[in-house]
Amino acid sequence: MTTYVARRLLQTVGLLFLLSVILFALVNLAPGGPLAGQGQSRHIDPEKVELLKRQFGLDKPLPTQYLIWLIGNDWMKVDIDGDGVAEGYGTRKGVLRGDFGFSFRTRKPVLEEIGGRLPNTIYLMTVTMLAAILIAIPIGILSAMRQYSAFDITVTTFSFAGQAIPEFWLGLLLILIFYAWLKNPVTGDSLLPSGGMTSVGAVGFDLGDRVVHLILPVATGGLGWIAWYSRFLRSSMLDVIHQDYLRTARAKGLPNRLVIYKHALRNALIPLITLLALDLPYIFSGAIFVEILFSWPGMGRLYYQAALQRDYPVLLAVLIIGAAFIILSNLLADLLYAYLDPRVRYDQS
Amino acid sequence: MNSNLAAFPTDETRPSAVTAGTSSLGAAVWKRFRKHPGAIGGSIVLALLVLLIAFAPLSPYDPELSSMEVRYQPPSAQHIMGTDALGRDLFTRILYGGRISLTVGILVVVISLALGVPVGALAGYYGGRIESLLMRITDTFLSLPPFLVLILLSAILREVELPIFERNNVLTIAFVIGILSWMTFARIVRATILTLRELDFVTATRALGGSDLRIIVTHILPNSIGPIIVEATLELGYAIIEESGLSFLGFGIQQPTPSWGNLLSNAQDHLTKYPWLAIFPGLMIFLTIISVNYIGDGLRDAFDPYKVLEKVGE
Repeated sequence: MTTYVARRLLQTVGLLFLLSVILFALVNLAPGGPLAGQGQSRHIDPEKVELLKRQFGLDKPLPTQYLIWLIGNDWMKVDIDGDGVAEGYGTRKGVLRGDFGFSFRTRKPVLEEIGGRLPNTIYLMTVTMLAAILIAIPIGILSAMRQYSAFDITVTTFSFAGQAIPEFWLGLLLILIFYAWLKNPVTGDSLLPSGGMTSVGAVGFDLGDRVVHLILPVATGGLGWIAWYSRFLRSSMLDVIHQDYLRTARAKGLPNRLVIYKHALRNALIPLITLLALDLPYIFSGAIFVEILFSWPGMGRLYYQAALQRDYPVLLAVLIIGAAFIILSNLLADLLYAYLDPRVRYDQS
Repeated sequence: MNSNLAAFPTDETRPSAVTAGTSSLGAAVWKRFRKHPGAIGGSIVLALLVLLIAFAPLSPYDPELSSMEVRYQPPSAQHIMGTDALGRDLFTRILYGGRISLTVGILVVVISLALGVPVGALAGYYGGRIESLLMRITDTFLSLPPFLVLILLSAILREVELPIFERNNVLTIAFVIGILSWMTFARIVRATILTLRELDFVTATRALGGSDLRIIVTHILPNSIGPIIVEATLELGYAIIEESGLSFLGFGIQQPTPSWGNLLSNAQDHLTKYPWLAIFPGLMIFLTIISVNYIGDGLRDAFDPYKVLEKVGE
């Protein structure tokens, strides 16, 4: 098992390296190069562009630029004032030492930008996933227990609908209903806020205020997952229910509750947990729409703003983090599967 | 997804049956497909949508001509879905937008089939180094953060002036989505070929002097047609959602050309005042996707007779 994990981690490093080369090339091969999107400086005079290029090291060949991005330039002479003569050592430490450079947009370190946003995205994702799972599991069990009942048919229909609703439309509809149309009967204000993590001007930690601000984003981001997981658990339960060992459990006189919740559910949850790990990246990228619609200060919105203004250092950093996230989620899914299902073994090779 | 593959070969899809005549496969699939109420409902709704979209030019209104005296009209007998900020009939714009969205969807399916099927076929048939190289490439593409890379590519291409890929036109968007969507096809085709390449009928064809290309195209690929068709149907839905999402964010189809996504994007500004602008374009996306998903579900059951038997047996 340890060998297996070590081998997988090594593959992960290799794949990440490859992806970083591809993504770096993509971003830097963009027409006009990284400086083209420098906001108002579109009509900047050519001499100044050359100066900036030398200062940012953009005059160097692409492989060198990649190397600097990866390991920094504090070991080599660089042209600090852009006059064409390399005079001092650089200050960049490189991605490997946690330096993703500076945002073109805010001039702040990329890591600082991301550090301010990542916790908000993780917060939203965690609540969304927990809510989705907690709602989907009982629905899935009930529909499997009462297959083809009115409840099951309703749930199946709704889950088809839930999977077909695009998040950006669902979000708009929810804002329309709960912000614009429905009013709080006491205060006459909107029933739910349409954006932000907390009320403007809120002081300190107010749980009620936080929860109120979570409802619409979580509903928007979570509905599709509720639909998907309840449908998945339903069929996973149905698979398990028809296995021989469940018949044995029933035959030896175990009460139905115990058969369902102890024997069937446990085994039906294994593929669901694996699936959850595999879905993490999709929840991450789905967060873009939720964060934009509900002005949630997270990674998705950061990426969107960076893409609009061609803030390449930020784009690249988010992409690399996203890719690492995907690869690690895949690894996590495999390990969870091996851990939860003893029949799966990785001894071979 | 891979569980579909376990069901081959069956009476209808057994190699000999396929090579004897594809019509028997089609007939058997259709027989099972029409017993799936969701799939039939989905097909009817989708057919109606396609008809409406096809006859869009019959609308008395021009999709791009503005008439400022009828701005922001709520739905009425003249304008059943109301009018937009420039007084254009929303229903007409939605129909024209549907042409764009559906075209992108179909092109994406074609592009990802054209990339994924050969990759999967070569990897599965030849094995060895070719296989590990091709599957590494597939895994690399699968590790790219979904949607984020889509945004990046569209943002880059939005700035370029290329001969056919004009600034984010239909072809550009379809190309960008397609190049990031072929991997599932490659995996499906590889998996089916792995199970088929050692079977007797393949060996027999090879002994008779059949070339590799002939074996792959006429003997092996027809046997993976079921999962490919199912996946292609679902891909059509994903592609439409992705195009709408991109256009919604402003990285997809650009105004004044309407697409379902950019119509929704415009509606955001005055959501509370003119809600119909947000409701109808999204409703069209929703109806299309749910129909396509039901059709995909019906096709999966139809191509996978074991699953149907299981359902009946339950």
